[in-house]
Amino acid sequence: MHPTSITKKDLLLFAVFTAAVLAGPIILKPIGAGYPDLLQKFAIYGIFALGFNILFGLTGYLSFGHAAFLGVGSYTAVWTFKLLSMNPVPAIIFATLMGGLFSALIGYVSLRRSGIYFSILTLAFAQMCYNMAYSVLTPITNGETGLQLAQSDPRALDVAFGRDYGAVLPSSDLFGLEMTGYPGFYFCAVMLIICFYITLRIFRSPFGMMLRAVKSNQNRLNYTGVNTRPYALTAFIISGMFAGLAGGLLAVTDPLAGAERMQWTASGEVVLMTILGGAGTLLGPVIGAGAIKYFENIFSAFNKGILNNIFDFLPDFLQQVAVSVSSMFVGEGWHLTLGALFMVIVIFLPGGLMEGVSRISNLLSRRRSDGGSGGTPHPEPAE
Amino acid sequence: MSTLSVRNVNKRFGGLKALDNVNLEVEAGTVHAIIGPNGAGKSTLLNCFIGRLEPDSGSVTFDGQSLLGMAPHEINQAGVSRVFQTPEIFGDLSLIDNVMIPSFARRDGAFKINAWAAIRRNGPMAEKAMSMLCDVGLDAKADETAAHLSRGDKRRLELAMCLVQDPKLLLLDEPTAGMARADTNNTIDLMKRIAERGVTMVVIEHDMHVVFSLAEKISVLAQGAVIAEDTPENIKGNPKVQEAYLGGAHL
Amino acid sequence: MDAILLQILNGLDKGGAYALIALGLTIIFGTLGVVNFAHGALFMLGAFCAVAVKAVLNIQMVTIDPTKTTPWGAPMEIRQPYVEVWFGDFGTTLLDFSVPVSILLAIPIMLIIGIAMERGLIRYFYKRPHAEQILVTFGLAIVLQEIVKSYFGANPIPQPAPDVANGMIDFGILVGFEAGNVVYPAWRFIYFLFSTAVIAAVFAFLQFTTFGMVVRAGMADRETVGLLGIDIDRRFTIVFGMAAVVAGLAGTMYTPILSPDYHMGMDFLVLSFVVVVVGGMGSLGGAVAAGFLLGILQSFASMNEVKAILPGIDQIIIYLIAVVVLLVRPRGLMGRKGVMEH
Repeated sequence: MHPTSITKKDLLLFAVFTAAVLAGPIILKPIGAGYPDLLQKFAIYGIFALGFNILFGLTGYLSFGHAAFLGVGSYTAVWTFKLLSMNPVPAIIFATLMGGLFSALIGYVSLRRSGIYFSILTLAFAQMCYNMAYSVLTPITNGETGLQLAQSDPRALDVAFGRDYGAVLPSSDLFGLEMTGYPGFYFCAVMLIICFYITLRIFRSPFGMMLRAVKSNQNRLNYTGVNTRPYALTAFIISGMFAGLAGGLLAVTDPLAGAERMQWTASGEVVLMTILGGAGTLLGPVIGAGAIKYFENIFSAFNKGILNNIFDFLPDFLQQVAVSVSSMFVGEGWHLTLGALFMVIVIFLPGGLMEGVSRISNLLSRRRSDGGSGGTPHPEPAE
Repeated sequence: MSTLSVRNVNKRFGGLKALDNVNLEVEAGTVHAIIGPNGAGKSTLLNCFIGRLEPDSGSVTFDGQSLLGMAPHEINQAGVSRVFQTPEIFGDLSLIDNVMIPSFARRDGAFKINAWAAIRRNGPMAEKAMSMLCDVGLDAKADETAAHLSRGDKRRLELAMCLVQDPKLLLLDEPTAGMARADTNNTIDLMKRIAERGVTMVVIEHDMHVVFSLAEKISVLAQGAVIAEDTPENIKGNPKVQEAYLGGAHL
Repeated sequence: MDAILLQILNGLDKGGAYALIALGLTIIFGTLGVVNFAHGALFMLGAFCAVAVKAVLNIQMVTIDPTKTTPWGAPMEIRQPYVEVWFGDFGTTLLDFSVPVSILLAIPIMLIIGIAMERGLIRYFYKRPHAEQILVTFGLAIVLQEIVKSYFGANPIPQPAPDVANGMIDFGILVGFEAGNVVYPAWRFIYFLFSTAVIAAVFAFLQFTTFGMVVRAGMADRETVGLLGIDIDRRFTIVFGMAAVVAGLAGTMYTPILSPDYHMGMDFLVLSFVVVVVGGMGSLGGAVAAGFLLGILQSFASMNEVKAILPGIDQIIIYLIAVVVLLVRPRGLMGRKGVMEH
């Protein structure tokens, strides 16, 4: 068997991606996103969307329940902090495994149906997890208050290694390096880069090709000698593990887990991130996640005062109209913008931003080769 | 020695007897055609071979192994490939991918997480797929998206997808339906070449030109029952066949 | 025995709401082939029709009574709704009956909203993949509920039932139990009767009118009906409007049972989808039967005796049933072959 490796082109893509992520604080400074709290979110939700894309982008199975795995990851990480150690490494390992375990269970049942049945089943499971987190599972989830650290937590490993946090409430740290601020971001960034590399390998592998075939024509794939269900289930579990990891990282940067992370709106958000960037593309979901979190951050911060300043140049009457209309979309109304964005993307650009980019570049290259022999270059898949 | 053996197969749909005690022996390395008027039960019979339908009684064995109750992918892994009446291809993937997928399925089996190896455009799998596309005359379009092909090209692509798996038995459901004459002749030539490699084929076909240029043996179905099974020459002269199938007209 | 009767009664009103929403979902899905994730939002909009009507009826005239002062010395303000000022006792009754009166407003409003939705958005998605239908209606649901939130706020707004219906009905006496064992809020029983009536009306419409016949034919085989030269497009619009009215009325009348808030729609939508799945996609009878069945089972699961054995079962019973049904009977209780197989 020939030893196989990724191509030079992919290696370059990976190198550029790595450099861009690591230089994130500098690159994103001009647009006002160069501070660690937001950068952490970019990286974490980038992982969430990357994983979701392995399921939805490749196999076409639209899950509406992935927030459940995010929530499970967060709870697991906080429990690992409480019971074992404040070191983030065991926390994210357990979070990833737990995300995988839950997605294996839910995926096994949900994947018995396809199409909309599948979407509804995953939605129902996620709602079930959410309801249970608020009710019966309160001893584990601490219900509405959310799961928090306490001084009296056992932290068995920390105690065994003689680490004592004293009388303060500890925060997660990697051998003494606190997981807040830039160290927290770089921890998440390294995870994002690892996840991106895994995704890249999957995309270029025979396994990834099979997943695309599941989306394209499941019937043919069956008659081609392929058992499609384990392929879809594997994709589901991988995406669940990515979600669990993302949930774990949320807890690493802020050791708190609440049930609202599992709500259907959170599931909808990752769907939006993925389609906004471009489902089935490599970079799209990361860009989509970044865009959503960035605009969420900006829009939520707006208030009437800022709006008044923005529309100051208008005559009084128009200023009032402009402010009252736009104030519906900002601050508390950010979700309205999100919903509207959802519709606009699905209606006009179902292929997402990456498709938009490739459409524009096609247009440009066609114009450039105008007058040449009719054979337009075959559009490269957007990645 | 017979490869595919169908014994006493019955299938009812409500009051309709779709298959009436069908017996069929397909010998290894031969091209066996199944003909019959519309509604004679040809497609029903084919669907019983590949697990789409379960006969009410009777047996279907391939190389001594029963195909009944097997999942579609298991039947394929046993060496049976099928070309459908309306081409089933991976529409949004490129032609080369379309052919590589069955190739991987044959190599890796029904399920294998082969996620760390990269597919190389110049590797052995791609070369094999490319030569297959060459065989069916689609090599120039290898990077195009399959959905954009003409109907005839889609059929040829599907044939390539089946052939790349080196099947022991190839089932073809009207492989030339809707094709222009020239295309039909090309397809006949292609199938002759496939037959020369020793692939056993079962062909359902309406076009008598195709049937008589290819088949070594013909079974005639009428109202769900096999009314004759013989060489093409003898079938041509069989009065029972002419009565039932051709309404008395001569071939 | 009386406890069982009480739980069955308890499940009827919720079951009625599930059945009405699921009915609309099924009709839309069967005829238009569209999965409408915004259907819960229609239920919510119907509920807010009641809120709006009450708010309008409650606009008050403020007069100052110079002869009296408040205990703090300010002149006494007398607030009285205009309807009472203008119509006297009739106005008071109108105010009391604001929820049922809202139906008069909800029907045209929901019809307009439904038609606007179909013409303005849904019809462009008939030919697009189900995933995109789900996503665009999901986005619409968010938009609708956020608009409602920005006007009416995030908190639930209680809507009282008319005084006459605020009492309890003692069903125990009717069937020979001791008095006081099976008492049931009158409005919830009214809701059950109302939902049954609406369901009967929808079935009668589908069964006995030519229009309904075409709709049923469309559900059985959409392509053929299209080939018959029947103007499907216009009928689709009306069907969608009708389903919107059914969902809206379900919401309007439900307000005294559950104070409406902006996200009530999504909660009901998820459950109604489960109802549709359990009943069998494309089966109207299945949707109604499963609606009531799940409503009743849910009320049994919330009995203390049951919760003592299986804690939390009331929260998840519906989902559990859906999972079991889908595993055992993948097409649902009354599903037909070939519907939504892909």
